Amino acid sequence: MFDKLAMYFSYPFVRYALIVGLLIALCSSLLGVSLVLKRFSFIGDGLSHVAFGAMSVATVVSVSLRSAAASDNAVAKWITDVINKTNSMVIILPVTLIAAILLLKTGQNTKIKGDAAIAMISVGALAFGYMLINMFSASANVAGDVCSTLFGSTSILTLTEGEVWMSAILSGIVIVIFLLFYNKIFAVTFDENFAKATGVRANSYNLLIAVITALIIVLAMNLVGSLLISALIIFPALSAMRLFKSFRAVIICSAVISVICAGSGLIASILFSTPVGSTIVMADMAVFFLFCILSKILRRA
Amino acid sequence: MSEQIRCTNVTLGYEGNIVAEDIDFTICEGDYLCILGENGSGKSTLIRALLGLLHVMSGEIKRDPEIAKSGLGYLPQQTVVQRDFPASVREIVRSGCLAGCGLRPFYSKEQKALAERNIERLGIKDLAGRCYRELSGGQQQRVLLARALCATEKILLLDEPVTGLDPKAQQDLYELIASLNRSGVTIIMVSHDVSAVNYASHILHIGSGRQLFFGTKEKYLRSRLGRSYIISEDPGSIPETDEEDEAPEESGLSAKQKAAIAAGAGLLTLGVQQTIHRYVKRGERNV
Repeated sequence: MFDKLAMYFSYPFVRYALIVGLLIALCSSLLGVSLVLKRFSFIGDGLSHVAFGAMSVATVVSVSLRSAAASDNAVAKWITDVINKTNSMVIILPVTLIAAILLLKTGQNTKIKGDAAIAMISVGALAFGYMLINMFSASANVAGDVCSTLFGSTSILTLTEGEVWMSAILSGIVIVIFLLFYNKIFAVTFDENFAKATGVRANSYNLLIAVITALIIVLAMNLVGSLLISALIIFPALSAMRLFKSFRAVIICSAVISVICAGSGLIASILFSTPVGSTIVMADMAVFFLFCILSKILRRA
Repeated sequence: MSEQIRCTNVTLGYEGNIVAEDIDFTICEGDYLCILGENGSGKSTLIRALLGLLHVMSGEIKRDPEIAKSGLGYLPQQTVVQRDFPASVREIVRSGCLAGCGLRPFYSKEQKALAERNIERLGIKDLAGRCYRELSGGQQQRVLLARALCATEKILLLDEPVTGLDPKAQQDLYELIASLNRSGVTIIMVSHDVSAVNYASHILHIGSGRQLFFGTKEKYLRSRLGRSYIISEDPGSIPETDEEDEAPEESGLSAKQKAAIAAGAGLLTLGVQQTIHRYVKRGERNV
């Protein structure tokens, strides 16, 4: 088994996958606690569907641009070149960010209630994305494309070096922002009204949380696919909240759980050739039930 | 005593709908103002305006510059989020210092020391490491009070602080708030609870979209409104003795009765005061 692992790890793409996977897991678990406590778990889910929609737009745009530039002149070559170099994140990231901000705003002044708005945007984006891919995709295997976007079956293993750097930088940004604003995020999560009353700009920090969430979701799409992202965000947080009683301990524990689960999930998926995303989520679920049982036992003791 | 907050002819509302108008009162340093009113009378709107979360539609809320800078220490009603929140008491109390941080990411030594002082001041030192969600309702309120004191020691705004507490915890919390008031903290308390009136120095009563009364407690208890409010809110405490027979009458406010009531005002005041007295005694017995 170790030989097999060593063999796999001699490939650079497997190493990339592990690095990016662990970074993404770390980021998503940090903010997960806050999102769960603020009752925003579903925002993660909604945003991931928006990201799916944006991804299909990106795919279609690049396909149609490429076919438009199929001639031999210099401009066409340049366009093809640009498309090949920029990755789809350039489109997905801003769209998801805007959706995150919009969702947060609709949650506050309520013509349509927060959860309904999320449901609306998320299914809308899902349907729109699938429609686009089906109508315009040049690929022969539409079902396979959709499946891998939704469940991330292989995309973590096909990252280019550029994408690895991009993911690493984005995760770095998320972690630094989280550490710098840790106390503010705590205050806004625990009691928004109090924070506002004492002159803390709670709305800006809410916005910050939404923006980081969007960043994380775009990142995590590579790892587990857009349908399973919520699991990555909420499971470590929920598990940690079973056992630990201070905010800091919960955050640290959920980060540790998330990294361990992502690591072991990735390795298991390589060894047993299971889909990466669902293996990681399975590991997260297993830890959650373990922690549930542990907390019951501890309470009785 | 310096004025801390002055409201002049304030009209409050959302999106053009007026919730309450003609609100007119002042709060001075060391006051204990109790804001009374039924549900939907505009109490919570007034709170939001006092906190600076809502702009007034007309009129003016003038704050002492120092108050405007530090904001009000606020004890909000508990939210669902807080009930199962995994955080230690110390973390929560410290979060009251946050406004003083500005853009600095972490708390300074002085702020941590301030948090410890307030934890001690409210007698929750032995709970400091405990988890907030495991505390009793009264203990949780103490924690939130300590946090509010970290934000400012000048003025506290308490939004129905005793809701959901058992009588003993209610009594303890009232005593605690009164002792804070004696040590120089201005208190603004919004309440349903009639016994809150006993501790206040001033009363603001709002109802049916406008201000019904503002003045000292003594004046309020002598006013017709005050007497009717205290008795109608607390029917259980009306004893079946001859002496109090007139009490229920005064909630019916027809023109005829006015004369009768005016005539018997002296007697009534006595009766009402005894009613209150009895109510308080009953509370103590429940304890």
